[in-house]
Amino acid sequence: MVIHPVFNLTMKHIVIIGNGISGVTAARHIRKNSDYQITIISSETRHFFSRTALMYVYMGHLKFEHTKPYEDFFWKKNRIDLVFDHVVKVNAERQQVDLKSGNTLHYDALVIASGSRSNKFGWPGQDLVGVQGLYSYNDLVLMEGNTKAIKHAVLVGGGLIGIEMAEMLLTRGIRVTFLVREPEFWSSVLPMEEARLITNHIRSHHVDLKLTTELREIISDHEGKVKAVKTEKNEIIECQFVGLAVGVSPNIEFLSDSGIRTNNGVLVDSYLQTNIPNVYAIGDCVERTYQLPGRKNIEQVWYTGRMMGEVVAQTICGTPSKYEPGPWFNSAKFLDIEYQTYGTVSNVLSPAEDDFYWEHHGQKKAIHFVWNKDSKKFLGVNTFGIRLRHEYFDRWLRQKKDIQFVIAHLQEANFDPEFFERHENEIANAFYQKYPSFKAA
Amino acid sequence: MKILKITGLLLFVAGFFVFNASFFWADYRLTENAVKKSIHDEQKQALFLTEASAILDRPVSSNFEFIHYVSEIFETINEKQLTKYAITEDELDRLAKLSEATFSIANVDSVFRTSNETSSFKNKVFKDFGGSLESRTFSSPEELHTELKNVSAKVRDYAIINRAGFDRYAQKDIKYSLAKASAESPVRNNPLLYLLLTFGLCIIGAALYILPKIKESKGIKNNNIFFHPMKNVGWLGILTGTWLIVFYVILYFFPEYMTNWIIMVDPISEMLNGHEAGRFFLYGFIYTLCILVMGVRMIIHYRHSKYQIFRTLSVMFFQTAFAFLIPEFLIRLNKPYFDFKNIWPLDYSFFFDFRLDQLRESGALGIFMLGWGIALIIIAVPVFVYFFGKRWYCSWVCGCGGLAETLGDPYRQLSDKSLKAWKIERWMVHGVLAFAIVMTAAVLYTYWTKSSWFLIVDSYSLREVYGSFIGAAFAGVIGTGFYPLMGNRVWCRFGCPLAAYLGLIQRFKSRFRITTNGGQCISCGNCSTYCEMGIDVRWYAQRGQNIVRSSCVGCGVCSAVCPRGVLNLEVKDEEGRFGKPILIGNNNAKLDV
Ligand SMILES: Cc1cc2nc3c(=O)[nH]c(=O)nc-3n(C[C@H](O)[C@H](O)[C@H](O)COP(=O)(O)OP(=O)(O)OC[C@H]3O[C@@H](n4cnc5c(N)ncnc54)[C@H](O)[C@@H]3O)c2cc1C
Ligand code: SF4
Ligand code: SF4
Repeated sequence: MVIHPVFNLTMKHIVIIGNGISGVTAARHIRKNSDYQITIISSETRHFFSRTALMYVYMGHLKFEHTKPYEDFFWKKNRIDLVFDHVVKVNAERQQVDLKSGNTLHYDALVIASGSRSNKFGWPGQDLVGVQGLYSYNDLVLMEGNTKAIKHAVLVGGGLIGIEMAEMLLTRGIRVTFLVREPEFWSSVLPMEEARLITNHIRSHHVDLKLTTELREIISDHEGKVKAVKTEKNEIIECQFVGLAVGVSPNIEFLSDSGIRTNNGVLVDSYLQTNIPNVYAIGDCVERTYQLPGRKNIEQVWYTGRMMGEVVAQTICGTPSKYEPGPWFNSAKFLDIEYQTYGTVSNVLSPAEDDFYWEHHGQKKAIHFVWNKDSKKFLGVNTFGIRLRHEYFDRWLRQKKDIQFVIAHLQEANFDPEFFERHENEIANAFYQKYPSFKAA
Repeated sequence: MKILKITGLLLFVAGFFVFNASFFWADYRLTENAVKKSIHDEQKQALFLTEASAILDRPVSSNFEFIHYVSEIFETINEKQLTKYAITEDELDRLAKLSEATFSIANVDSVFRTSNETSSFKNKVFKDFGGSLESRTFSSPEELHTELKNVSAKVRDYAIINRAGFDRYAQKDIKYSLAKASAESPVRNNPLLYLLLTFGLCIIGAALYILPKIKESKGIKNNNIFFHPMKNVGWLGILTGTWLIVFYVILYFFPEYMTNWIIMVDPISEMLNGHEAGRFFLYGFIYTLCILVMGVRMIIHYRHSKYQIFRTLSVMFFQTAFAFLIPEFLIRLNKPYFDFKNIWPLDYSFFFDFRLDQLRESGALGIFMLGWGIALIIIAVPVFVYFFGKRWYCSWVCGCGGLAETLGDPYRQLSDKSLKAWKIERWMVHGVLAFAIVMTAAVLYTYWTKSSWFLIVDSYSLREVYGSFIGAAFAGVIGTGFYPLMGNRVWCRFGCPLAAYLGLIQRFKSRFRITTNGGQCISCGNCSTYCEMGIDVRWYAQRGQNIVRSSCVGCGVCSAVCPRGVLNLEVKDEEGRFGKPILIGNNNAKLDV
């Protein structure tokens, strides 16, 4: 890797707030490209761990130790200083951060990678004992205590964290009632067909999934613990735990009078720089001030945080680089069903789009393609229970391949393990049956 | 479902209890017949019978006591023989006097006349051990005397007990065979009943415990593993590990105590190969049962993956047919015992003299077996590893691998993933490979030259050390006994010389690799945790780099447990196999981190 000598002569101090995937990725790449002094501050855990694996610790698949992507010696070996403390204030003028312990740190460049926090929408009773979200390590510890020896839990919010919490609770033999506002599970993101598939799957795991149901209030017992919830339909459901999984928002309170411009998140330009030079922001806490086609301005997923970390490191090390992520991708798992997506598949088809949905009879597998009606350009795919190659779809999306090409080459893009049943022919046949015109072409 | 599971558990525990109890559950009555059957030399037989008169035909109530008596008899006989046959000072003096400055071996005849048994024995051994003194000239009588004393010491140390008494190898064999022949127990009276009460109950219990899992939905169900006292080195795991270690120590080093168990499988052995069972028959029997029963569990556990199903069926088949049944049938047909899937240097005794001789004496079949064994080493290993990776052997065929993938599957998460462990692993496993090669070279050297000294070592002690430290202690005691403590592939990872050989080829010349799916990894750590070989799979996956590691046995479990579908075992063109770390999705990052 090219190291820019000009920048290397002066020993800059880079301070990173947050040791999540964004901050840590930035630190690793800065280390690789420079000799700068690097300090990461976090008040959550001493060492970087994978937030996405919190559920597996609760379920006993992993120990917390296993969620650390790097062994503890890694940081010292790579000369990345870790400070276990909380930033109470950023003083941009004096280029320093004030810590809860009373210490201050001077920086030459600051990277804000402070992540998110769970949403709470002001429901009565939302701060009772036994009511919580799941975001941090602390939440995991809390949940462990809150769910000890309980019988019934209510989850609010039909998103990815909600379904994870449901799976977690099921492994402890706790009955789960799941309140979801949408008509099908996650149908704010998934098209109806897939949403229904997932809805059915969740129900097959004996989760009491209540659709089009919203929370009105959480009812306390005489000790200030949750006793029941009341829905907008005035149904009262007894429970000893309430999981609030209604999304997350950028965690930026500590920046309030720093002079750093924020809206819902920290506002950044295409170089991930804030309104103040040498102060950058990356990851969940970021709100982009510029548009990227087909993408939201706040994207709170693992991969975007990582990519921003990679890019900001280039800029800080003297190769100013714009954050230009390629086609969207994501993945998740709904109990037993793996889900991947590439490109854009919206929950509701736009008038300019056409789609094709295939579902396996009997097995929980499905695939959904979307393309532009006129140009036939392939726009995106959702896949369930069938693994697809990121590399191929990324390339096809960038090369603006048409849908016929994708259907014809689906076989190559399959990423399932050896001996797995393959469905490409079946899918192609069904596709041509529905759209015979493509066959002729 | 819960009731079935509990019933199963209870039945299993009951069977296991009876099995353990039966270890102690016999009287031992030494009979003349048993002695005649166990000691073939008539003189030694007679000696033994005289000394054993006190316990002959009298029941002794435990294996420990019985073995103790027998050991004492050996001691007494050995002491007596030492006194009887030791060459005395007086005899040495006479021998010295007869000799002038030059020693002549013929003088031995005058001192030790062949007319009586004792001196005839002394005559023979003195000539055997003092032959090199013939015609040697000595500068002083003292010097001659010293040399003669040396000979007498050698006779004492090496000849008397070996020839007229019982050395430790003979003692081991005889103790075992006496104990087996003398046991009087309910098991002996009704081995089939006890087979049912032990293995039968355990199998039924295990089946009841395992089969209901089919009702759960398909997919990875690793729930509560790290809370389980068995699977996270809790009390149950430690207890199990201890039991296994004790079992292996008895099996390899003290088989004379476990004859009651072996008697239990006599009828099966007789049915299969026409002979009564030995300890390794019992071991093979248990081993195969474990692979079959726990193989069924493995298949149910991973039944959403055809790769896992086929792979498990494959190890179950190779164990049952190749390792267990075919060799027994060969014995029945009076052919050499031969496991057609065992490969040197895992099969470290393949080139030992007695095996080579046996194969050479067995005509065309023997020669075929010899050729087959060598072809496996020099053709099958490199060719198959090139096309499929070392998994073709380690997780599809091998018996050790088979046990690890079935009985050991519940413990795979216990392997150490640290960088330090990887360093130790590389030193150890390649060290054992080097040791195996040197040992085999020495053994072959001795085979051809008849000289036991190879460079600086004695090939016999070399192979003995290898056999007991690597073959028995490492592969057996540690290899399996440590399943619940250090994971199911301790032997395969740190000790197996064949794994090292396969691994070298896999690392440098193979089409096999584990590919990662673009930028989809979320660094959750499931892959690393469940890699039985302790490979930190996530390290590669999260930077988008192919996993090309010599130790990967291709079990495919990392790919199965990944919640994001990131990993895939693939065979493709060698080109680009190592790959650069690339995380797809980001236009502006040129990465090499
Ligand atoms: C349960 C769960 C499951 C998820 N699963 C997935 C998934 O499968 N796929 C996916 O793409 N995404 C997933 N996500 C989202 C993903 O984890 C986040 O997008 C990602 O972790 C954000 O990384 P980050 O580095 O930006 O912030 P974070 O990981 O939140 O790191 C920020 C860190 O900064 C610390 N911090 C904040 N403020 C301060 C301060 N003032 N002083 C000191 N320290 C501070 C915080 O304590 C925290 O440790 C999941 C999230 C959760 C909660
Ligand atoms: S890397 Fe994967 S396939 Fe290889 S041994 Fe480990 S778990 Fe098995
Ligand atoms: S490869 Fe899969 S299992 Fe391994 S860390 Fe990444 S997401 Fe987790």
